[in-house]
Amino acid sequence: MTKVNLEVNGKKVSKDVPDHTILSIFLRDNLNLNGTHVGCDTSQCGACVVHVNGKSIKSCSTLAADINGSKVTTIEGLVSDGKMHPMQEAFKKMHGLQCGFCTPGMVMSAIDLLKNKKDPSDTEIREWLEGNICRCTGYQNIVAAVKEAASKM
Amino acid sequence: MASLVGSRVERKEDKRLLTGKGRYTADINISNQTYAVFVRSPHARAKIKKIDISKALKAMGVVEILTGAEIATDKIGGLIAGWAIRSEDGSEMKVPANPPLAKDSVNFVGEPIAVVFAESLDEAKAAADLVNVDYKVLKGVINTAEAMKGETIHDGIEKNLCYDWLLGDRKAVEEAFAKADKIIKVDLINNRCIPNAMEPRACVVDYNTASEEITLYTTSQNPHLSRLIMSAFGGVAPENKLRVVAPDVGGGFGSKINVYNEEIVCSWASKKIERPIKWVAERTESFLTDTHGRDHVTHAELAVTNEGKFLAFKNETIANLGAYARVFGTVTPTYLFGPCATGVYIIPAAYTNVKAVYTNTAPVDAYRGAGRPEATYTIERLVEKAAMELGIDRTEIRMKNFPTEFPFKQTLVHTVDSGDYVAGLQKAKQMSDYAGFDARRKKSEANGKLRGIGVSSYFEACGIAPSAVVMSLGCGVGLWESSEVRFNPTGQVSVFTGAHSHGQGHDTTFAQIAADELGVGLEAVDVVHGDTDKGTFGMGTYGSRSLAVGGIAIVNACRKIVAKGKRVAAKMLEVSEDEIDFKDGEFIVSKSNKKKTIGEVAFACYLPGSRDSDFKSPLPEGEEPGLIESSFFDPANFSFPAGSHIAEVEIDPETGEVKVEKYTAVDDFGRIVNPLVVEGQVHGGIAQGIGQALHENTVYDETGQLITASYMDYTMPRADNFPDFNLGFTCTHATSNPLGVKGCGEAGAIASPPTIMNAVIDALGGQEITMPATAEKVWKACKVLKKKNAKAA
Repeated sequence: MTKVNLEVNGKKVSKDVPDHTILSIFLRDNLNLNGTHVGCDTSQCGACVVHVNGKSIKSCSTLAADINGSKVTTIEGLVSDGKMHPMQEAFKKMHGLQCGFCTPGMVMSAIDLLKNKKDPSDTEIREWLEGNICRCTGYQNIVAAVKEAASKM
Repeated sequence: MASLVGSRVERKEDKRLLTGKGRYTADINISNQTYAVFVRSPHARAKIKKIDISKALKAMGVVEILTGAEIATDKIGGLIAGWAIRSEDGSEMKVPANPPLAKDSVNFVGEPIAVVFAESLDEAKAAADLVNVDYKVLKGVINTAEAMKGETIHDGIEKNLCYDWLLGDRKAVEEAFAKADKIIKVDLINNRCIPNAMEPRACVVDYNTASEEITLYTTSQNPHLSRLIMSAFGGVAPENKLRVVAPDVGGGFGSKINVYNEEIVCSWASKKIERPIKWVAERTESFLTDTHGRDHVTHAELAVTNEGKFLAFKNETIANLGAYARVFGTVTPTYLFGPCATGVYIIPAAYTNVKAVYTNTAPVDAYRGAGRPEATYTIERLVEKAAMELGIDRTEIRMKNFPTEFPFKQTLVHTVDSGDYVAGLQKAKQMSDYAGFDARRKKSEANGKLRGIGVSSYFEACGIAPSAVVMSLGCGVGLWESSEVRFNPTGQVSVFTGAHSHGQGHDTTFAQIAADELGVGLEAVDVVHGDTDKGTFGMGTYGSRSLAVGGIAIVNACRKIVAKGKRVAAKMLEVSEDEIDFKDGEFIVSKSNKKKTIGEVAFACYLPGSRDSDFKSPLPEGEEPGLIESSFFDPANFSFPAGSHIAEVEIDPETGEVKVEKYTAVDDFGRIVNPLVVEGQVHGGIAQGIGQALHENTVYDETGQLITASYMDYTMPRADNFPDFNLGFTCTHATSNPLGVKGCGEAGAIASPPTIMNAVIDALGGQEITMPATAEKVWKACKVLKKKNAKAA
């Protein structure tokens, strides 16, 4: 067992967990933050993307103990004062989600893109989101949502 | 009041899904739950000699281990085929038993044999590894085309043949072929695809020892149907003691229609061990055991005149059912395939013959489009080849054979009520700048690239229902849909539907319909689905049926509400019923300003308290209190969306990479309720079809091991595989329902594989190539083309 101390969505948390606990499981099973999804076992689908110290990572391939002391933001942490993040608003406006399963990871990845590039082209958006698989939307409205958010952020 | 139907309304469900508040099955935890891990066959075909669980039982945290022996003792039934198909000779189809846990033999890699329940997931996994199964490994039957020559998989099912089915008239076809100027032939493989809903299958079961009720939370497209099957065929529990809840479901695409082994086993076991159970598939388990799609080997021919008139069509197909026949497994390659294989054309004579075979691979069932993509691929490859061989423009040859009068009695089964195929193709040509293609091709050539254009025109039969029709074709149950509309005393409306949303947006689109019908605001309407304890029975969502069947049940229930409201309003306003008009949520006395809102009428229907000593009921004599109505809608016909898609691809001959440069889709879905949602459905469908055409392939090796069992190996299409799709619409109303709607969920996946492949083959100078047109295959074809061109020069 290892003690893991993190700041998750602005709140300090401390849990004793088995050494091999991966971050996605830590968030879901230990903190009940079920917005972070697990869609594969090979770090391919991206449904589990969260931010660690401001950068997007796949929480299914990160040991919780390895990021001890870090600040983690999950999809639940984007809402502030009851208001959705501009990226969340843009996904709603542009119909960038259908079943919603890949959506949390997609939104977290997209926010990180805009941190790196304020006004990305379609190609840059599509290439950046290459690590997030969506089976419903055909990606078109996701790209449109990212552009919409870029114009608002 | 502006109509909500037809408006681009943002989705009501989005906020919860976007903020991490969606509730999917794997998010559910029940106090004291155990964790299930299944022991699965590592072999494609084997006899089970012995299962030794003694070591595993002693492992840390193990609660119970169950096998096929206990399933048999408890007489728990197996998985079923929902449609009975007859062979050409009149004999019934042959269906093997498919127990939830295999007892004597296994027939595909991943088939479950035993299940371990433990206090933690890690302990369950560790113990599952200790279950020792002694197998006698047998030679598997893997290949679709060779399946009839292989060893018999299931005792008594000769040649591994489920049925040898015929639709159409062989004699008439042969006569027409004899008179043809030219016969166009194709040999096609419709590659097996794995649906890959992003949410892996899962179930959580809670058994209440006091009420003896089982609650099953599961990833299902049709919770009521699951309950029916588990109760009637599985014998798990009577329907009144089995509650099935499909909460937020992360995509289905057909793979979540079936009741699966794990759901039956965990429901049964929860009662046995008197503990809640949680099971969540790992992605590889999903790859191995979710139902797969397509997998046809087809030889088809089209008899034509030199002028490009179609005379007759023949289609000989072998369809792979996998190891077992499942709910839509047997109808997908027959009645969902054969009738649509003549496409949008007048073809005087036609037949489709399908031999459905069992193999030692995962069961094959409905996958987005189910039979209709295979049908469209067959006819549209033939038509494109006919145009090429006859030297007629590919759009002209299509227009020449389109019906122009509706209803159109299609060659084999359907009477298509409405459509305008010419308008659709004309619009697609114009939107895609078809005329400018040659210039774009020259430009690509100047850059050392090969450019091709492909067209596909399709129609499909969806809105899967009319009970009278489907039951005559072998369906085990009528396929209507139900709704209940509750107008609450304080003015909000709860709409219960038997359809299920797993991405389609019913919370929004169904609310739009109800709000318009009742004249209330969108925010006043809540759509409730996915729980057998809430709302009436329903058949679920597949076959683009939610709106055209389920949506109409909502319309009809709302109209009953308005009819009752009118009677009550008449009494309240002291006029006769026929003096009242209902408009925008108000019952108005004609030619006066006397009126009652529907909210006032609803409140009155619930008989609010009154201290008035001469209280007069607002209800007419004989009228019951309350304002709740229900409807079971069973349409008179399928609905028939249609359209034309045009794609342009560019190939880099040095790498074989195919880039989709342009994609134009023009579809006729009848009346559109929410364009935002419909466009999303079309985008997703096109992407799945392009995935099948260019990327996705399911590979079993000769021993039946699934080589493509993870996202490292199975090529899921990603954001950078696509351009923006250019969508257009035409509109002819369906006549089989009062909204005039048709259904839009599958069209993209139906039309896009032939559109893309026609473009790839055009770029390759007519060289045939099989799906998926991967870089390797295309690169090889480019080499052949280069040699051919060098020779010609």
